[in-house]
Amino acid sequence: MADQRELLALLLEDARQSTADLARQTGRSEAEIEAAIDELEAAGVVHGYQAVVDWANADEERVEAHVELNVELDRETKYDDIAGRIANHPEVETLRLVSGDFDFAAVVVGDSMRDVSGFVADRIAPIPEVTQTVTHFVMDTYKHRGVDFGGDGDDDRLSVSP
Amino acid sequence: MKVADRVRQTPPSGIRKFFELAEEADDVISLGVGEPDFSAPWAAREAAIDALERGRTSYTANRGRADLRRAIADHVARYDLDYEPEREVLVTAGASEAVDLSMRALVDPGDTVAVPQPSYISYGPTATFAGADVLPVQTRAAEAFELTADALREAGAADADVLLYCYPNNPTGAVMDADDLRPVAEFAREHDLTVLADEIYAALTYGGEHDSIATLPGMRERTVVIGGFSKAYAMTGLRLGYALAPPEAIEAMNRIHQYTMLSAPTTAQFAGLEAIRACDDAVEEMRDAYDRRRRYTLSRFREIGLDCFEAEGAFYAFPECPGDDEQFAEELLSEEGVAVVPGSVFGEGGEGHLRISYATGMDELREATARIERFLD
Repeated sequence: MADQRELLALLLEDARQSTADLARQTGRSEAEIEAAIDELEAAGVVHGYQAVVDWANADEERVEAHVELNVELDRETKYDDIAGRIANHPEVETLRLVSGDFDFAAVVVGDSMRDVSGFVADRIAPIPEVTQTVTHFVMDTYKHRGVDFGGDGDDDRLSVSP
Repeated sequence: MKVADRVRQTPPSGIRKFFELAEEADDVISLGVGEPDFSAPWAAREAAIDALERGRTSYTANRGRADLRRAIADHVARYDLDYEPEREVLVTAGASEAVDLSMRALVDPGDTVAVPQPSYISYGPTATFAGADVLPVQTRAAEAFELTADALREAGAADADVLLYCYPNNPTGAVMDADDLRPVAEFAREHDLTVLADEIYAALTYGGEHDSIATLPGMRERTVVIGGFSKAYAMTGLRLGYALAPPEAIEAMNRIHQYTMLSAPTTAQFAGLEAIRACDDAVEEMRDAYDRRRRYTLSRFREIGLDCFEAEGAFYAFPECPGDDEQFAEELLSEEGVAVVPGSVFGEGGEGHLRISYATGMDELREATARIERFLD
């Protein structure tokens, strides 16, 4: 699936580029590109397209926390069941099952620290299977989704060279 | 102060004028840059930083660090090149030094150096500074700017002593595979030419593997392969290259190198070693990015009616332009703020063409090709 990989690489680099530009870069027709994107979406490979936002530069109050969750399973309750209960909250931006010292790694967002800690205390911790939560507030973001937020992007090459 | 005749008689590069024009203008998008727009992979930069932190700031062996020479020999095995690190590898300050050394070590005053054109601007002057006569050999768009035995013959290269070429090519982006190189190799053997093969862009070959003329029968003993880290690893400013050749040639080149350069930059040698060890993935990512931009650029040129042969290497396209190329490039710069290099700067056969470097971001390429389209209307 070299074609799929190439198309994904292009979409990950810039999902806003036109179908025509995607076609030019891959040597395929626009119709082929459209069909390939439809297929990626239908197969659940691509779930959506979003902006990469550096909130530090936006005129918005926004607090983000990484929350570690430990849970206890029983015969009737599997990870998927608990995940559903947690992920349904709109405050939960990301939820993953991970290996190591805890079970779930969640990213929770809110308008303030009080907002986020209140959400974790009132909505997540009381879930019967959840035995422990550890909340880490994000203090600064240096790089996100492969984009370096600190780079100046200056091109210091000579404008014309041999 | 008196300046030596051979220097005074060598005109400055025609690129200089366009550099100055581009520097003066506002809001310029440059498709005139002959180096990667990426930075060197972080692992290589970190190795350089680490070497500095540990105080590794002395000279190295004249021929370069032994571990780097071994790594280079291992690295070029991917092109079926087999060189002995101790006696057949010389680490240089950029591939440019390797070109200069091979010329000075292997050419006598009055010898003739055949140089296919259009070509990188340094070859002629480097030959001149070594006291040699330059014999231009023209390559043509109709033959995808490949060097042919016919072109060599027509130019009178049978009487030359050395053939110096570059494939994948700057400025045309042309490549030559083993089948294309075979007649050239035959010509070189028949007429006893030494071949200096500048393969600095070897890693940037699209749609096929790079082939080196030194792998063809009877060629290893008459070829100096020149390579380096600048283009593949985006390390132009670190100045690191190498030459691969039989022991007598490397010995001769090193004789000059030890008196004039001593050794290639030490920090760069540490970066280069790490680049070979750990940066294949980074090179592949950069190559894929260039390849996508290459297809984009060629596709846009077709749409806007600029004839361009299918350039399959380096990061250049070499489209034909209407009218005089210098005038076209000057007007394109002043009217639309797009800098390109007129083909005639690169010698015979370059006139009527433009060198377009796609070593620039997609946003710039989009905007630049849109401006060229507007300019042509």
